[in-house]
Amino acid sequence: MAISEPIVIPQTGEQDRLSRTWAEPRGFWGWFTNVHHTAIGVRFMVTSFIFFLLGGVLAALMRLQLARPENNVLGPDAYNQIFTVHGSTMIFLFAVPMMFQGFGVYLVPLVCGTRNIAFPRLNAFSYYIYVVGGGLLWVGLFLKIGADAGWFAYVPLSGPQFTPGKRSDIWAQMITFTEVSALGVAVCIATTILRYRAPGMTLNRMPIILWEKLTIALMVIFAMPAVMVDSSMLLMDRTINTQFFNPSVGGDALLYQHLFWFFGHPEVYIIFLPGTAIISTLVPAFSRRHIFGYLAIVSAVVATGFLGFGVWVHHMFATGIPQISDSFFTAASLMIVVPTATQFYCWMATIWHGRLQLRLPMLWAFGFFFEFLIGGLSGVMLASVPVDWQVHDTFFIVAHFHYVLIGGALFPMFAGLYYWIPKITGRMMNDLLGKVHFWLFLIGFNMTFFTMHFLGLRGMPRRVYTYLPEMHWGTLNAIATAGVAFMTAAVIVFLVNFFQSRKTGELAGPNPWAAGTLEWGTSSPPPPYNFAEIPTVNGREAVWDAEPDQPVVVGVRDDVPEVLVTHSMDSEPQYREELPGHSIWPFLTAIAVSIAFIWSIFSPWGITYGAIPVVITLIGWLWPRGSSPTPRLAERPREATWSR
Amino acid sequence: MEPVRERAVLDVSGLPEVMFGRSNTTWLGNVFYMMIEGTMFALLIASYFYYRTRVGSWPPGSSPPTLIWGVINGIVFLLSILPARYAQKVAPTGDRGRIRLALMGLAGFAIVSMILRGFELANLNVGWQESAYGSIVWSILGLHTGHLITEFIETVVILCVAFTDKMEGSRLADVAINSDYWYFVVITAVLSDFVIYGATRLL
Repeated sequence: MAISEPIVIPQTGEQDRLSRTWAEPRGFWGWFTNVHHTAIGVRFMVTSFIFFLLGGVLAALMRLQLARPENNVLGPDAYNQIFTVHGSTMIFLFAVPMMFQGFGVYLVPLVCGTRNIAFPRLNAFSYYIYVVGGGLLWVGLFLKIGADAGWFAYVPLSGPQFTPGKRSDIWAQMITFTEVSALGVAVCIATTILRYRAPGMTLNRMPIILWEKLTIALMVIFAMPAVMVDSSMLLMDRTINTQFFNPSVGGDALLYQHLFWFFGHPEVYIIFLPGTAIISTLVPAFSRRHIFGYLAIVSAVVATGFLGFGVWVHHMFATGIPQISDSFFTAASLMIVVPTATQFYCWMATIWHGRLQLRLPMLWAFGFFFEFLIGGLSGVMLASVPVDWQVHDTFFIVAHFHYVLIGGALFPMFAGLYYWIPKITGRMMNDLLGKVHFWLFLIGFNMTFFTMHFLGLRGMPRRVYTYLPEMHWGTLNAIATAGVAFMTAAVIVFLVNFFQSRKTGELAGPNPWAAGTLEWGTSSPPPPYNFAEIPTVNGREAVWDAEPDQPVVVGVRDDVPEVLVTHSMDSEPQYREELPGHSIWPFLTAIAVSIAFIWSIFSPWGITYGAIPVVITLIGWLWPRGSSPTPRLAERPREATWSR
Repeated sequence: MEPVRERAVLDVSGLPEVMFGRSNTTWLGNVFYMMIEGTMFALLIASYFYYRTRVGSWPPGSSPPTLIWGVINGIVFLLSILPARYAQKVAPTGDRGRIRLALMGLAGFAIVSMILRGFELANLNVGWQESAYGSIVWSILGLHTGHLITEFIETVVILCVAFTDKMEGSRLADVAINSDYWYFVVITAVLSDFVIYGATRLL
């Protein structure tokens, strides 16, 4: 059953008022004022998918160049820019914005059973600022001043001495843009999960996807400031002659690596945990039973969140750090296996004890199990310092992290897209095309990246634009490049399927998978107010566990965009909150902030003068408008009442 | 006319529309931003101590910052807790006169702190371009100055709202939350002082 199906006698008047109150603005300008989470979530998904396609084109160019020895498709300078922009795009403009922001912004309020995300204007602002940051990186590439010092832009290579010009500055400010965006969304998502859950959705009944999103949001909050600090130091070294990384006056290049990887390793989990969140949602849905080991999985997710901050030095084993650090960070890195394996075993047990339906999303989930396992196992190898030293900066590393990131994020992403696109568009994707997509991608992916393990073991370093025939790397490289053709075909099949299904796909209905979480308790696509009646929750799979007469919430105003705020722990109703409406100011503020950030690349005064329009637009954003009826203050009666 | 319902409902119409303190969602959002910015301060301070391990004498090649301006400003910051606390106390009453008084007091303290901060920066006795030590000291104080200016502007904007009839409902909660942010500015000021004026002399 679906909770949103008429559980009260239809009240056209009420729903009309809700539709008017929550109506999304239309037209060209309307697009820039919309702050509803479903619109912004879809934009994050679409934009990041476009960046995925662009990053994929760069990957294909690199593979073409490496297909045979002494090839000349790309020169060394173009190759440097392309591998840097490829990596930066895939990590900062695709993986996090898709897996955390896109899925999170769209799904979290729906799974919570509320009508919008907390701080919807901050959420919209975060989208615009992300788009500008991504555009900045790519404009640089098109102008042939693309960043070229690798996606982590190590000093001294990226510093003023070895990379004059604006290349590293563009990279550094792209970081600022994307991290401001991710941090804004993290605040919105964490607040939504802690405060907007439907009554009855206590912490112990919270779907695992919400536990994961909350953990990831907190990881973003503690990890992303590190890369902002780091890239700002780099920018200041380059623009106002600070000496953070200049060893001749007490600076230190290794500090850059410490700060970067203090962010960079949690970042891996910020990308990977959303993948496991999708899997933990799909596995019970297609096994037709509640998840096995709920507490174990939640503990594993939270443990991963903590451990993720204690392993960053394993990226720096080859820098000559003290041996005690090697030992400590090896042990910490190996410990990560425990929570990850716990999740794996719980998924297996759920499938084992359930009635598995191998539908399309689940096929991709199996792809994830298989591919991520390979990435995880090579990760265990790399946690060992001697192995790490041997294969450091070779294609073995490239193979490892692509198995982790593509296996751990891209396979779950496609699983999630096939699962939730019917909710987003209201139409099912074609099953056969989906399977063609899966098998082409699986074959191509393994052709490309499994061979790289051998290339790495045979000594081929990463980030070289060509190699000599005498190295005998040609055949393996040719196989790797051929795999790209399969992956390209696979993604084209997906795009065809998507556009075709939007027009002619079978209508999905509210709950095509008969799944249990609350987003399936409303129509597909959801109305602008998400739920006609705010539900109450009786179990971990709210739709499955609902009593036949599961109560709904009444008394939330429908003449203003109001949501119900509940207690963080027991989700008892606390107060009703009017959310800010649609507004152009988040967009204008994003423009003002963008001007300041980009200006600062060219002049240190950019931030100072640029701050003036930022302040003006922020005042416009926050200045109260209209007059709402006198609110009831906290001293007034404050209980919610059950009645029949 | 009330619609006829066929099942149990949870009626929340009696709940308040504004809450003060920890239940308020903006309060929580504010705490998350303090965590983000607190992490930035922590990383800069950690970097300061990291740099200390890279050289033999501290501060390298310069004398420590002049103590007096830091101490005076530290005291001003601590005293500014009084108007911030007062604002938090009067906000739930909705008494606009007292709210204005509290916010004017807070803005006044912020102005004094900004002026003193100018003297602090002028007496750090090191340029940011001279050494990594100079860069990190300027960065810690610069980050804090950014917070100080932001908080001053926010306080002035809320003060302007308090002169209109829009100072009601959730705006009253904003007054209280603004004070929470001010406490954060005070705490980070004191911590920065301990590092810039204390650790520089003691290490």
